[in-house]
Amino acid sequence: MSNSKMKILTNGILNENPVLRLVLGTCPTLAVTTMASNGIGMGLAATFVLICSNIVISALRKIIPDQVRIPCYITVIAGFVTLVQMIVKAYVPSLDKALGVYLPLIVVNCIILGRAEMFASKNGVLDSALDGLGMGIGFTITLTIMGSIREILGSGTWMAGLGGLIPALGSDFAIRVIPESIDSFSLMTSAPGGFFVFGVLMAGATWLTTRPKKEKAAAPAETAEGGNA
Amino acid sequence: MALKLASIFFTMILVDNYVLAKFLGICPFLGVSKKLDSAVGMSLAVTFVMVMATAATWPIYTLILAPEWAVGTARDLGYLQTIVFILIIAILVQLLENFLKKFIPALYKALGVYLPLITTNCTILGVTILNLDNGYNFIESIVCAAGAGIGFLVAMVLFSGVRRRVEQAIVPECFKGLPITLVAAAMTSLSFMGFGGIVTAIFGV
Repeated sequence: MSNSKMKILTNGILNENPVLRLVLGTCPTLAVTTMASNGIGMGLAATFVLICSNIVISALRKIIPDQVRIPCYITVIAGFVTLVQMIVKAYVPSLDKALGVYLPLIVVNCIILGRAEMFASKNGVLDSALDGLGMGIGFTITLTIMGSIREILGSGTWMAGLGGLIPALGSDFAIRVIPESIDSFSLMTSAPGGFFVFGVLMAGATWLTTRPKKEKAAAPAETAEGGNA
Repeated sequence: MALKLASIFFTMILVDNYVLAKFLGICPFLGVSKKLDSAVGMSLAVTFVMVMATAATWPIYTLILAPEWAVGTARDLGYLQTIVFILIIAILVQLLENFLKKFIPALYKALGVYLPLITTNCTILGVTILNLDNGYNFIESIVCAAGAGIGFLVAMVLFSGVRRRVEQAIVPECFKGLPITLVAAAMTSLSFMGFGGIVTAIFGV
């Protein structure tokens, strides 16, 4: 694999991490990360949609007229999301229940439309597939880290519910990190904990990516300002 | 009946607030809440589209996609929900934009810039799907959508106030911008948790 292809793939993991640096797809990030296993499930579902829609949109980029491109992208994305919904409902019903309305809401996840608009509509099929994979991995890792923090602090377990994804583990699989005798910090699994952990993680990512720059020159630190509304 | 509608309405505003409790519509919440007037404009546009979208999607789902007699048979098209709803919302937003531009230019000027953003706002698709998941009838769905919109307005207005103070605070370099805003959002969300159970206590439904 050539260097530039590798760069496209790794771009999404830290430098252009969709959640922490580009601030896209915040809604599912906050909502489903009460457990690490939900984060993995959501991440994988979104990665699948991201790769498929990037491939299709990139292949059709010369056919789709410029004026109606957004409705076209949304239709392609919605088609793949429906596919994922059916697969998850059939094979991983526990995940379907845990993700609830956020599974169909992948359609309006800004990461997917954002990558279609920013990358797939301008690049070749292979590059777009790699970009989708890289962004998807970045998204999945971030969701898993955030889910782990919230789950360990909030309920004292780790990876509970993973049995739903991997049947070999059994349905009541969970790793207990904090002993049951210590009261868990249940606020972490509710809404305020989500915002708080997300804020702290984002600060961490900003610190990690801007720190070396500051030593070299007085270049103004890039902040993840704005979001995409 | 009226009691149930009131209970749904206030639950959507205070207890199940879409932004602060269900994490829907976080992007505009973080992006547009910097100034009070744009926060109000965006929320009004969202409320309007939400009610319109519910009024359009509810009959289409219950009468065309998955009518009662078809559930469980091959005619059940319920799985098309996502793709049909998002297209309806996209068309609706476009129609609304053209309509306002032609007939109510003043309103178009106020809401115009927010309209294109609304298609990909997850509160709209969220409210239309959740209404059906909860088994609400048509009137309940409309009330629920209106409540969700007003709840969005309340959260945006409150948070734009919080944000003005946060912007002036001195925070560590890496927390500047969004991270500290999210921590502030955590505090706002925490205060909304205090409303838990209040609606059930008042209306007894």
